Amino acid sequence: MAKPTIHHHEYDVVIVGAGGAGMRAAIETGPHTKTAVISKLFPTRSHTGAAQGGMAAALANVEEDSWEWHTFDTVKGGDYLVDQDAAEILAKESVQAVIDLENMGLPFNRTPDGKIDQRRFGGHTRDHGKAPVRRSCYAADRTGHMILQTLYQNCVKLGIEFYNEFYVLDLVMNDGKPAAVVAYELATGDLHVFAGKSIIFATGGFGKIFKTTSNAHTLTGDGVGIIWRKGLPLEDMEFYQFHPTGLAGLGILLSEAARGEGAILRNSTGERFMERYAPTIKDLAPRDMVARAMANEVREGRGAGPNKDYVLLDLTHLPPEVIDAKLPDITEFARTYLGVEPYTEPVPVFPTAHYAMGGIPTNIKAEVLSNNKTVVPGLYAAGECACVSVHGANRLGTNSLLDINVFGKRAGIYAVEYAKKAKHVPVPKDAVDETVALLEHMRNAKGTEKVAVLRKELQDTMDLNAQVYRTEESLDEALAKIAELRKRYEHVQVQDKGMRFNTDLLEAVELGFLLDLAEVLVATAKERRESRGGHFREDYPTRNDEKFMVHSMAYKNGSKIKIDWKPVTITNYQPMERKY
Amino acid sequence: MSDVKVIDEIPTYQVTLFVRRFNQEDGLEARWEDFDVTVHGTDRVLDALHKIKWEQDGSLTFRRSCAHGVCGSDAMRINGRNRLACKTLIKDLDMTKPIYVEPIKGLTVEKDLVVDMNPFYEAYRAVKPFLIASDKPEKERIQSPEDRERFEDTTKCILCAACTSSCPVFWTDGQYFGPAAIVNAHRFIFDSRDEGAEVRLDILNDKEGVWRCRTTFNCTEACPRGIEVTKAIAEVKQAILRGKP
Ligand SMILES: Cc1cc2nc3c(=O)[nH]c(=O)nc-3n(C[C@H](O)[C@H](O)[C@H](O)COP(=O)(O)OP(=O)(O)OC[C@H]3O[C@@H](n4cnc5c(N)ncnc54)[C@H](O)[C@@H]3O)c2cc1C
Ligand code: SF4
Ligand code: FES
Repeated sequence: MAKPTIHHHEYDVVIVGAGGAGMRAAIETGPHTKTAVISKLFPTRSHTGAAQGGMAAALANVEEDSWEWHTFDTVKGGDYLVDQDAAEILAKESVQAVIDLENMGLPFNRTPDGKIDQRRFGGHTRDHGKAPVRRSCYAADRTGHMILQTLYQNCVKLGIEFYNEFYVLDLVMNDGKPAAVVAYELATGDLHVFAGKSIIFATGGFGKIFKTTSNAHTLTGDGVGIIWRKGLPLEDMEFYQFHPTGLAGLGILLSEAARGEGAILRNSTGERFMERYAPTIKDLAPRDMVARAMANEVREGRGAGPNKDYVLLDLTHLPPEVIDAKLPDITEFARTYLGVEPYTEPVPVFPTAHYAMGGIPTNIKAEVLSNNKTVVPGLYAAGECACVSVHGANRLGTNSLLDINVFGKRAGIYAVEYAKKAKHVPVPKDAVDETVALLEHMRNAKGTEKVAVLRKELQDTMDLNAQVYRTEESLDEALAKIAELRKRYEHVQVQDKGMRFNTDLLEAVELGFLLDLAEVLVATAKERRESRGGHFREDYPTRNDEKFMVHSMAYKNGSKIKIDWKPVTITNYQPMERKY
Repeated sequence: MSDVKVIDEIPTYQVTLFVRRFNQEDGLEARWEDFDVTVHGTDRVLDALHKIKWEQDGSLTFRRSCAHGVCGSDAMRINGRNRLACKTLIKDLDMTKPIYVEPIKGLTVEKDLVVDMNPFYEAYRAVKPFLIASDKPEKERIQSPEDRERFEDTTKCILCAACTSSCPVFWTDGQYFGPAAIVNAHRFIFDSRDEGAEVRLDILNDKEGVWRCRTTFNCTEACPRGIEVTKAIAEVKQAILRGKP
């Protein structure tokens, strides 16, 4: 078996990930410091491009709005687990973030007088919950696509250096500081060491730990997993968002924009059941509430379809012109994948694993933390892989596209500031050893276990035991299953022994990250004996502020997981009951 | 607890896929290999390829990510037509016959269904696919819904290369910019906020530019985003003749 060739590169700033967060950071760093962006996908293939509904900002273009209301909605939507200083920044800087994108060329939908148009979205309200507000800036139901394209276009304009189809597999630390990342080049099987003074992780989410998900095949949480393996903590991993409206059985997302434009959820009797769960804002309640309401309708026998296992998203009362102008892509998904005509038929939907609220803990400068307070100098994280925390226990729709822009930009700004005054941390001689060992083990293992089988069993157990409803028992079951899968993973078999474009090998590596993150998620979910936001424990069905108004911080302790807690930053809003 | 069972209800079928294989590491010539797979009614060609990779032959190589037609990773020739594997439902193909899957044409094959996309990206970058504007507005620029409508169609491009690699001119002349680059130039030429139209029109007036297009409509048929590619090219041609958008 050939040993990989090893290449060395030196940059001021190294950005891992070319989705929205990574490219937004690159636009800040590229013009000022020598920057490399490393991505396992060609940039425009990143999953930011799948985002549909919009990006929140209190522009007040169509009705009165304020960043303070937006902050409040974000805090309340997150079931008060949001760090309020970070939420303020998110809301305050949202307006500039949208203007930046427009100025870069993003083709937002426009009002009749030519300003950026705005629409409603779940949980976004006027004056602290009085009524839904139009806060989401959008480009049809392709907002993420436009953001991703616009950012890439600007990276091309600025001549940003990309290393595409390079998989980062390790972070090299030296004396508590980041020195480099190690990347695997898909085309050749070579390894590359990228030394950087500042290193930014922007690797996105990890929805592939679940079976039914809106996430891409490539969202395997590599970045979060790498940080975890380095012994750095992960924050709030138990909080995973299940989006109410995935296409039933497939998980492909139908944006909340559908409900923002007036679509209604109905059960098998045709009842608009959200009226019972959230009398004021009904179908536009936050996602965790709607997802549980749907699951509950199904449990109580009011599901639709032959197995009574989904509910219906009704758009039939919307004029076809509105559907075509504002929701063209998602209605096409319904036609293509389920053969349903949304003009005339309601669309079968069920919750789908969608968004990781938790991740790599950072402060408001996007600096990574090694415990509740200490910064790892030179290491940054932004976007879905990070946890600032602006989303708390439940993210509001349109706040993530905002997050990647606001905190992606911040990561870029502070990474430049640091790179300008810092020196390169020496890269140890054995920098690639761990990666070489990992790959050799995978390639040569004479195992009998198939990656796809293990992955499917993991996803099945996660959907069954750690989805919208959780109990001590179900979580124990998941933990036991994950432990079994870990053992079997030792004996995993990679069929492709080649060096070039070996995606078989990489899927095996990715499975390792999935197993790690699933375990952390379940372990923290077990310790949080309360229900809050996206985390619902049937055995502890209420929120317990006395004990659990804290972020979880999980640490890798050998093969064990140690769980600690971190206070929530509260500035203006004391926790209240979340009613809509 | 909430296992969705719709899929189990849907009928399953046996299909045969003939997949074009090539790997320079094994020293063999490019060849067809056939695989039998069981698929469900909602399965796409991408699902069938995954089943082969995951259950039969791990070395089968193709690109994919989103699995629902938005990332542009998996353009390939399916039964002789360029399509996205993740948007092509098996039940919509003629299942009495084998399904033929091969890499898109006109770009060098790297391995199996993976081609070298770099020439394609270079053509894209050559048309200056970014907003060129000298003003520094404090707020958003104003653009009427009508002005936005002029380039709306071409903003949908996902750079999948289905169009360019279906173009007979591109097959014979790899220097031709190809439809995708023109589509992305169109997206800016007709944007009322942009000031770079002249430069781009000049670039596309080149001998490898728009005039090579022979209006065969292959590109429009191939585009998985439903972009009227040929129309966009025609609009660019007219703009060149007019000297402005
Ligand atoms: C279907 C869908 C619809 C959504 N709609 C909305 C919406 O309307 N509004 C909203 O606010 N949010 C929405 N979201 C959420 C939002 O889109 C995402 O959270 C956000 O785009 C994530 O951006 P990111 O830059 O963090 O990650 P991504 O865009 O996922 O990018 C991750 C990047 O990391 C790279 N990468 C990963 N691992 C490695 C590795 N090992 N080595 C090198 N590179 C690596 C990838 O190549 C990629 O470039 C939606 C999400 C989905 C799935
Ligand atoms: S125009 Fe259509 S076919 Fe061509 S690259 Fe863009 S999306 Fe693909
Ligand atoms: S996998 Fe993304 S377009 Fe097919």
